[in-house]
Amino acid sequence: MNVVACVQTVLVLLLAPLLPGVINRTKAFFAGRQGPPVLQLYFDLWKLAQKGAVYSRTTTWVFRAGPIVGLAAVLVALFLTPFGKSAAPLAFGGDLILFAYLLGLMRFMTVMAALDTGSSFEGMGASREAFFSMLAEPAFLIGLVAVARVTGSLSLSGMLANVSAETWLRVGPALVLIAAAWMVILLAENSRIPVDDPNTHLELTMIHEVMVLDHGGPDFAAILYGAALKLWVMGALLVSLLIPVHPGVLWKNGLMFLGGMFLLAVGIGVVESIMARLRLARVPQLLMGAMALAALAMMLVLK
Amino acid sequence: MLLDAVFVLLILTNLILLGSSLLSASIRIVAVQGAVLGVLPFLAMAPDRLGRVLFLAVLTVALKGGVFPWLLNRALREVHVRREVAPLVGYSVSLALGIGLLALAFWLGGRIRDIGLGVSVLSLSTALFMMFTGLFLVISRQKALSQVLGFLVLENGIYAFGLLVVVNIHWLIELGVLLDVFVAVFIMGVAIDQISRAFDHMDVDQMNHLKG
Amino acid sequence: MTLLVVACGLLLLTGLGALLLQRRPRGAAVFGVSGTVAAAMLGLYPCLRVLLGGSAELMCLPWPVPGGAFAVGLDAVSAVFLIPVLFVAALSAIYGVEYLQPFREGPAAGRSWFYYNVLVASMVMVLLARNGLLFLMAWECMSLASFFLVMYESEKPGVREAGWVYLVATHLGTACLVAMFVLLGREAGSLDFGRIGALPPAVAAAAFCLAIIGFGTKAGFVPLHVWLPEAHPAAPSHVSALLSGVMIKTGIYGLVRMLMLLGPPRTEWGWVLIGIGLTSGILGVAYALAQHDLKRLLAYHSVENIGIIALGLGVGVLGLSTGHPLIAQLGFGGALLHVVNHALFKSLLFLGAGAVVHATGTRDIDHLGGLAKVMPWTAAAFFVGAVAISGLPPLNGFVSEFLVYYGSFLSCLESGARAALPFIGAIVGLALIGGLASACFAKAFGIVFLGEPRTEQGRSAHDPGWTMRLPMLILAMACGAIGLGAPWAVRAMRPAVALLTHEPTAIIFTGTGNVLDLLGGLTECFWALVGLVGILGLGRWVLLRGRVVRQGLTWDCGYAVPSPRMQYTASSFAQWFVDWFRWALRTEHHRSLPQGVFSGTAFMNTETEDGFHEGLFRPVFERARWAFSKLRWIQHGQLQLYVLYIALTLVLLLIWYASHL
Repeated sequence: MNVVACVQTVLVLLLAPLLPGVINRTKAFFAGRQGPPVLQLYFDLWKLAQKGAVYSRTTTWVFRAGPIVGLAAVLVALFLTPFGKSAAPLAFGGDLILFAYLLGLMRFMTVMAALDTGSSFEGMGASREAFFSMLAEPAFLIGLVAVARVTGSLSLSGMLANVSAETWLRVGPALVLIAAAWMVILLAENSRIPVDDPNTHLELTMIHEVMVLDHGGPDFAAILYGAALKLWVMGALLVSLLIPVHPGVLWKNGLMFLGGMFLLAVGIGVVESIMARLRLARVPQLLMGAMALAALAMMLVLK
Repeated sequence: MLLDAVFVLLILTNLILLGSSLLSASIRIVAVQGAVLGVLPFLAMAPDRLGRVLFLAVLTVALKGGVFPWLLNRALREVHVRREVAPLVGYSVSLALGIGLLALAFWLGGRIRDIGLGVSVLSLSTALFMMFTGLFLVISRQKALSQVLGFLVLENGIYAFGLLVVVNIHWLIELGVLLDVFVAVFIMGVAIDQISRAFDHMDVDQMNHLKG
Repeated sequence: MTLLVVACGLLLLTGLGALLLQRRPRGAAVFGVSGTVAAAMLGLYPCLRVLLGGSAELMCLPWPVPGGAFAVGLDAVSAVFLIPVLFVAALSAIYGVEYLQPFREGPAAGRSWFYYNVLVASMVMVLLARNGLLFLMAWECMSLASFFLVMYESEKPGVREAGWVYLVATHLGTACLVAMFVLLGREAGSLDFGRIGALPPAVAAAAFCLAIIGFGTKAGFVPLHVWLPEAHPAAPSHVSALLSGVMIKTGIYGLVRMLMLLGPPRTEWGWVLIGIGLTSGILGVAYALAQHDLKRLLAYHSVENIGIIALGLGVGVLGLSTGHPLIAQLGFGGALLHVVNHALFKSLLFLGAGAVVHATGTRDIDHLGGLAKVMPWTAAAFFVGAVAISGLPPLNGFVSEFLVYYGSFLSCLESGARAALPFIGAIVGLALIGGLASACFAKAFGIVFLGEPRTEQGRSAHDPGWTMRLPMLILAMACGAIGLGAPWAVRAMRPAVALLTHEPTAIIFTGTGNVLDLLGGLTECFWALVGLVGILGLGRWVLLRGRVVRQGLTWDCGYAVPSPRMQYTASSFAQWFVDWFRWALRTEHHRSLPQGVFSGTAFMNTETEDGFHEGLFRPVFERARWAFSKLRWIQHGQLQLYVLYIALTLVLLLIWYASHL
């Protein structure tokens, strides 16, 4: 674990809540509104951290553990996520599997906490979340297999750092397909349009938001922060894959990576502005589409 | 020579069994057969394991010559049956078939001897004939008691065959077989008793009433 | 070695003691349990010694039975399987004493300890046997003892039905095994395992197929699994734990032993194993999702986990046959570790389910709920088991799956296009299974233990006593220990893996791409996770200290008087999945929709029969029954004619044989 990686991780911890802000500003721009400040999530987190808590009498320790374990899991995932082309602090060979399963643990705990409330709305959200992520996980992993085969490494840091201009020239189409598949998964996993609508107030149609209806105070802060971090780590994989050069210098890498993340946030905002949310029954098709894209990429890589 | 005489005696007992209708006589014949078989090891075996042979012979004679007949006679008294009244195959036909079986046994004995077991055709054939007779009795007789007798004869055949063919048979197995037969006879004795009490007869072919 | 044989003897003796004491259930229980516990303590020592680098042992005694010697041996592979057998058997036995309390009337409870100890002893013997005949004898004892345990509540028709299905299935499997050993024995001239070697390819292939069917029936490969979801829920819960956690692994053991005996494996075998693994894994968990019966759900999860183990074995076989030793090591290592892991968490879950049944008297998930508040210990233990079986970090399930994943990833990197296919299949399969399993256990734990109780029994339930609680807690801790101490656990697998890959133990997992180092990195992350949970929990405590923390109603979108019946049910939770898998599950919906303005009662229920049971085996057996009914004239009850059949057959064979001399 080197100092640079630690500093970069701290930087991410500070910057992650910026992403939702950028997305919201983009959406506001498209809608012709002024929109909330870019730093809105920071304000929200601060406010929530000041509050007390209300727990439902139905709930148990599982409900209280949910946000904490979820946040811890995504933090460890962050320790495995490369900062652009620069290695992650806890990287090891095969960490991509742990990465996927840490996000799985986070989801499992959120689902459990939702079921702990005994509310049928939250049960509904939990069921959907479990189902959609079951479909998303194989697609994500197939993409990882393909990238691993192209780059000859089994650690996220190693394989994404090995993606170079030469790689893009060799298997560019496959990488584009993987990026597309990951983009769909990123939108689905982070409860974004077209899968979920983070702004809706109709509980029946929501997935992620409805699961956390009962959380408040510091717990909700942990959930919001965890969600921002999850968006960041998944986005970081995508951005690192798309950056075709390996800038040897630290600040260049940092600049490119952060720029990429900013562009990604804008891109998500654009998608959210120009698309409508899919009917729930259509979501599996979308995810299977992502799986098909990843599988096609895999075949291109294998040949 | 003496050995050959014993084998001929055994064959004769079998033929008598095939032709006899009196149950008490059959029991006696089987007892004689068992006792003769018990003596057989002295004649057939090498004398260097005398102690073991003696032990087995005494046990065999005591069981087959004494205990089994006593048990069977007791059962016979319980059920008040003296004759095998209506066998599925008549006595003369049985005897005729028995001669056929004897021919088969001699033919088989000759073939088997050719493998090179180093025993006489007569002895092998006698053992085989005893098994055939036993099986035939089980198949052709109706009274449960006759079947027990058939079973005993069958076992005698197996015993004789084992004695002749397997040179170094493990004494545990011999004992095991003996014990097996003892238990079988014992249980059949009890069963005959129970059957005759429940059905007023001991005809095995009427057991198909129990069929589901 | 001697210790293990002594342990076997002790088990049989105490079993007999329990049988003699069957009129006094308490005495029988004390006798049986103390025997099992003492035998486990005796037996665990030699196993651990072998795994920690001790040499393997072989003991040959002459016995008056043809086909070789009375050969028993202990090597690392046996030890890997023996440890869960002994460990789980002892803990389940302790648990069983209190569990069987309500059945104290009558001799059944006392007698069950006889069968229990015989089952454990025969499992130990199966794992030790080095002779085909001895193996089959132990195998048959095991099947029969478990059959009688399944039939414990034989007064219930469902239990009887389950018992018969099990008996038929296990004997069909055994028939294949007999055929397999006859084949091998004919080739080698002896049934001693040590003499089997250098088989012609055709014989090896045939033996492999027979082993897949024979051992697969015991292990529960789809579609041979049909007995498993019937028999395991029917048995008392501590027995279910033993059956599902340990006994079905003897099937895997047999397969592994055969892989060792049959010589260099062929690539096709790997494909077959991966195919079986994928079908069993995915269909197993899909069926599990559709279940309403908690124990049946767990039984289907055994099918799923056997699938994962088969995937690992397949990866290992492919690695071996294509000359990639590291991949072979990872595959076999993952499979073996998963054997141990599944034994731990599956028995934990069955014991937990047993505690629920014990307290509430129902196994129907949709009638339970809110038990976490009244049964906190059971809930905590079950939660650990649920996380572990879902393969989530930082518990043991993830570690073994990680090894299989890593092996598959590695071979995707190295092999050609066609050779990479099964490995991609394994990765996708594992991902899918993982997602489905965590959904299924979110359902199982979430509906049973969380929310509000749905019935009065659920409200008044309480944790079982300490003798039932302690085994669960020990198993939960073992799950955590293997997760957080992954490098050590994997290190202990090395001698066994070495036997399978025919390499020296020293280079297992330490060659190119040092796996033990990777696992070090993995556990670093695990500890980071645990530490972060602690820090964040502390942080929240600090934040909330001195602030207002209120209790209230669940904010059910503004609805003020929620009732327990309004909660999301297990069926609703699983609906997405069941619909998606309807091509395989064929779930039947029975419903009456509400009609009119003032609608009367409406209901809806779903029923998922096992498709293979209903669609494959039942028609086959019906057809067979029909065909055999045509042969009933042979079956007429005439004893003499029966003997005549036998005699005629014998004589004809004799004549045929003699005329060919």
